Amino acid sequence: MTMVKLLFYAMAFIALGSALFVAATKNLVRSVFMFFITLFALAGLYVLAIADFVAITQIVIYVGGILVLILFAFMLSGRENLNYVAAVQNKFISVRKLPAILLAVAFLIILVNVVVKMDPDNLVWIKNAVAQKSDIQANSNMTENIGINLMTNYLLPFEAVSILLMIALIGAAHLSRKGDTA
Amino acid sequence: MITLTDYLLVGAGLFCIGIYMVVSKSNAIQVLIGIELMLNAAILNLVAFGGYDRFNNAGQMFALFAIVLAAATTAVALAIILNVYKRYKTIDPGKVDSLKEWEG
Repeated sequence: MTMVKLLFYAMAFIALGSALFVAATKNLVRSVFMFFITLFALAGLYVLAIADFVAITQIVIYVGGILVLILFAFMLSGRENLNYVAAVQNKFISVRKLPAILLAVAFLIILVNVVVKMDPDNLVWIKNAVAQKSDIQANSNMTENIGINLMTNYLLPFEAVSILLMIALIGAAHLSRKGDTA
Repeated sequence: MITLTDYLLVGAGLFCIGIYMVVSKSNAIQVLIGIELMLNAAILNLVAFGGYDRFNNAGQMFALFAIVLAAATTAVALAIILNVYKRYKTIDPGKVDSLKEWEG
């Protein structure tokens, strides 16, 4: 077993385990902090897929932006609320969660079935890509490629996303301002 | 070498944990975290398939767009959650059941 494979399994284990902890724990603040670990492990998986720029973006935007926002919302939405939710979950733990668990497990079975039946490593276009050496090698310089592609092939989506981000920014600021017109 | 199947299986697991959280949690912020988990599973699949497209690099590009859109979604969703909390004094999605004014 190579080093890369070992690292991949470690990262996958950390990601899935911490995600399970996030889903299972009753302490809400702890679950948010465990979500940090999931995101870092996912960034590690991106690095192993030679997507280093995506990994850095993941850390900067998710860990630096989204999680801080989520923590803020936690702090601002009251503590009695947190205790109440925990108490409710203690009481009806098996009855309320059984359908959700069944749904998730059924969906997992379907997804795994699809992945195994599809056999993604033997798809035609992937074999072609490997044969033509257009798959990402360990020494390819992907960040430079992303920069060039962003300004040529994907300029329209890039601009659309930037406009949408601005709309979201204005919308969020409008929704969360004080006053009764909001 | 890590195969594509490995990435897809990890993504499937994350997606199902996300579904479980969205369906079962009685706190809007945890539902949001579940949605983020599902988004991350999708991004992982994009990155994994993008490994076979070096020149156009569509997988990684759209993974980046998805991350940015997730940030926008979260900002707006949290503003909405705070407004709901201001009006209803709870963020349990099961208890927010009226569209207009809340009485009592």
